[in-house]
Amino acid sequence: MIVSANLPFVSTYRVDGWTALADPTRRAIFERLAERPRAVGELASELPVSRPAVSQHLNVLKGANLVVDHRAGTRRIYQLDPKGIALLRTYLDRFWGRALAAYKEAVEQPTEEV
Amino acid sequence: MSPQATETSIRNSIVVEAAIDRAFSVFTDGIGSWFPSEYNLLDVEIAERVFEPREGGHVFDRGTDGSECHWARVLAYEPPDRVVISWDIGPQWQIEADPEKTSEVEVRFVSETPDRTRVELEHRNLDRHGDGWEGIRESVGGEGGWPGCLRAFAQRVGAA
Repeated sequence: MIVSANLPFVSTYRVDGWTALADPTRRAIFERLAERPRAVGELASELPVSRPAVSQHLNVLKGANLVVDHRAGTRRIYQLDPKGIALLRTYLDRFWGRALAAYKEAVEQPTEEV
Repeated sequence: MSPQATETSIRNSIVVEAAIDRAFSVFTDGIGSWFPSEYNLLDVEIAERVFEPREGGHVFDRGTDGSECHWARVLAYEPPDRVVISWDIGPQWQIEADPEKTSEVEVRFVSETPDRTRVELEHRNLDRHGDGWEGIRESVGGEGGWPGCLRAFAQRVGAA
């Protein structure tokens, strides 16, 4: 998808939730975790991607504070971060901060350009 | 539902060096010039972002293949002072078909000088998207769980 190929605002270690979910594979993983917690292997068997790829996607989702993980025996179980609405606020807050900065730039362009 | 109103909304404001009329028109008519283009629910690139200038109108993206994604409804359109749109995008990055589960964005334009305008934005009723991410459980199985707006749109026009 266009989005994952070009992420100008992504820093090396942190992605915001909306950007993280713009990738269809990560969205698929996220949807499955919304149904119930799952292990990496389970996700890999359900999706047309390799286990290492699933792990990478999970890391992005984790970096975006969308999912949390815990160890259960030898397996690592991933689930949606239960902190709820605070997440949504954080993402939208960042989103609008950035959007308004872009808006300011656009509105202050010479008039004929818009 | 949160007992604290502040937890269900965010506020942001910015001062722009422009007259109020221009500030309003760039925010609405000119939304394609600034609204982050990577936030795209279509399967193709956005050719055009449209803000219909009337109450009851929509804000939508038109893709390069002609498909459309309607992601906001215009709830109030009062140039040059105020505009309110719904936010029909669920936390799971999908179009929310149930208006009861959407939040709203109110934008007020306040003239500070003839050439300077303060833009105050409030994105509120975030709790309506469900109990935070908990609400996703329901939406995944239901109509709103359709991952792409394109498919929802296709279904609406009977093409799916």
